[in-house]
Amino acid sequence: MEFKTFVFYFLSAIMVFASLRVVTARNPVHAALFLVLAFFTASGVWLLLQAEFLAISLVLVYVGAVMVLFLFVVMMLDINIDRLREGFWSYLPLGSIIALLMVLEMGVILGGSYFDILEIGVPQTAAGESNVQSIGRLLFTDYVYPFELASVILLVGIVAAVALTLREKRKTKLVSPATQVFVKAKDRVRVLQMPAEKRD
Amino acid sequence: MMVNALQELLQGFFGSAFPLVWTLLKIVLIIAPLLLAVAYLTFWERKIIGWMQVRIGPNRVGPWGLIQPIADGVKLLLKEIVIPTGANKGIFLIAPMFAFAPALAAWAVIPFNDTLVLANVNASLLYIMAVTSVGVYGIILSGWSSNSKYAFLGGMRSAAQMISYEIAMGLALVVVLMVSNSLNLGDIVKGQSQGMFAEHGLGFLSWNWLPLLPMFGVYLIATVAETNRAPFDMAEGESEIVGFHVEYSGMAFAVFFLAEYANMILVSTLTAILFLGGWLSPVGFLPDSVFWLFAKISAVLFFFLWIRATFPRYRYDQIMRLGWKVFIPLCLVWLIVVACWMMSPWNIWK
Repeated sequence: MEFKTFVFYFLSAIMVFASLRVVTARNPVHAALFLVLAFFTASGVWLLLQAEFLAISLVLVYVGAVMVLFLFVVMMLDINIDRLREGFWSYLPLGSIIALLMVLEMGVILGGSYFDILEIGVPQTAAGESNVQSIGRLLFTDYVYPFELASVILLVGIVAAVALTLREKRKTKLVSPATQVFVKAKDRVRVLQMPAEKRD
Repeated sequence: MMVNALQELLQGFFGSAFPLVWTLLKIVLIIAPLLLAVAYLTFWERKIIGWMQVRIGPNRVGPWGLIQPIADGVKLLLKEIVIPTGANKGIFLIAPMFAFAPALAAWAVIPFNDTLVLANVNASLLYIMAVTSVGVYGIILSGWSSNSKYAFLGGMRSAAQMISYEIAMGLALVVVLMVSNSLNLGDIVKGQSQGMFAEHGLGFLSWNWLPLLPMFGVYLIATVAETNRAPFDMAEGESEIVGFHVEYSGMAFAVFFLAEYANMILVSTLTAILFLGGWLSPVGFLPDSVFWLFAKISAVLFFFLWIRATFPRYRYDQIMRLGWKVFIPLCLVWLIVVACWMMSPWNIWK
């Protein structure tokens, strides 16, 4: 067996195990940590495909930012495991339909390319051009409209998040830093000259 | 010469396993001096702050107190690691490693000069950002696994601070990589060797710090906040609040401590490479050398210690305000300014 194949199976085994633990772990924080492990190994698999930009961005965005916020939320929540498990049998039919659909979709793509029915050419980067450059060029030439559309949708998401959490100002004693900075000593303190009084 | 002889000797000895052994040897050659530097940075900090506060600083252990860091290390090694009741033992012990390991792993792509680099990868700046962003797990997990309200709240606070400043830091880096047209740290340094001033022998005016001065300031301050150092040291505000590592003792605590100093050295190195011209010589008549890089790293590290001795601690809401309402808008505006500058006829980065 080639070393590359060995690395692939090694990473895949970890990834499958971690993904299974995400749904079976009893402790939600452990589940989130296994998701982090799954992301990390997925980026390893992408590195094997020499997609270094995607692999590093996966770690940077998902492991470094998204999962940290996820952990924040999961740690703060008071999750009652038993109540979550109550509806298991009533949700099972819907869940299995969705699972079946996903397996079918993956089967079409993977099986199609395996039996050479679908023609999916793996795009090759031009010689001497780094991964980042070729992705950047594609994003800003061929796919510029979908790319801009995605960024507008993200912007809408940001604005919506701010709008949803914006509350009316409570009465606080918070001082505006701008006015704080411009305070001069003579606005606050008055120095009095008192003539010394003689004791007699 | 000597390197070649050693290479041949090892090649004969290890045979096909030689590349692995050679790489491991190079890793040891980077990590061992780094750990020594971490130990002596703690000593240097205590000395400098001592002098600035008109004290003497540690001077008892060994000549001029030079053995002090080793004595501290031995003391911490021999102390008991207390694991709190109800703590999540596995995560409790892994968390310090999460904090420390990224600070070491990032050194894989740091270039010391034209050729001296462990792994010359194309996206090295991106790699460093990705690896260092993992460090926040050490904080958040140690806070959670300690099974203590104080540690938990401290962890939340520090993690929120780190994530906030990572955005400003990342945006400052985006401007740098825009003008250098590369994600490779070596190429970023080489890009700083050209320019109007460099041709007249005044290389230090061509480095990124001058044309990108606002970004240099933002980056420098954001790194102080990233490493949880004074005046942003909310993690261990000794006098008023408690941090994520209150439940740690002995070596487990020491690893957090080492992580802080290793991170300081790492971000100082990055500042030196990205804004201060890396191994480039500041003036034309002196040769470029790796010693310039070390001198610049030491200067930035001194800045870290200097501001710790100088400034009072920020309040938490002031830290957040500075990060979100001052630095991020400033970075976004400057990004557009530099982009317009690059498209104009006055572009200096060709």
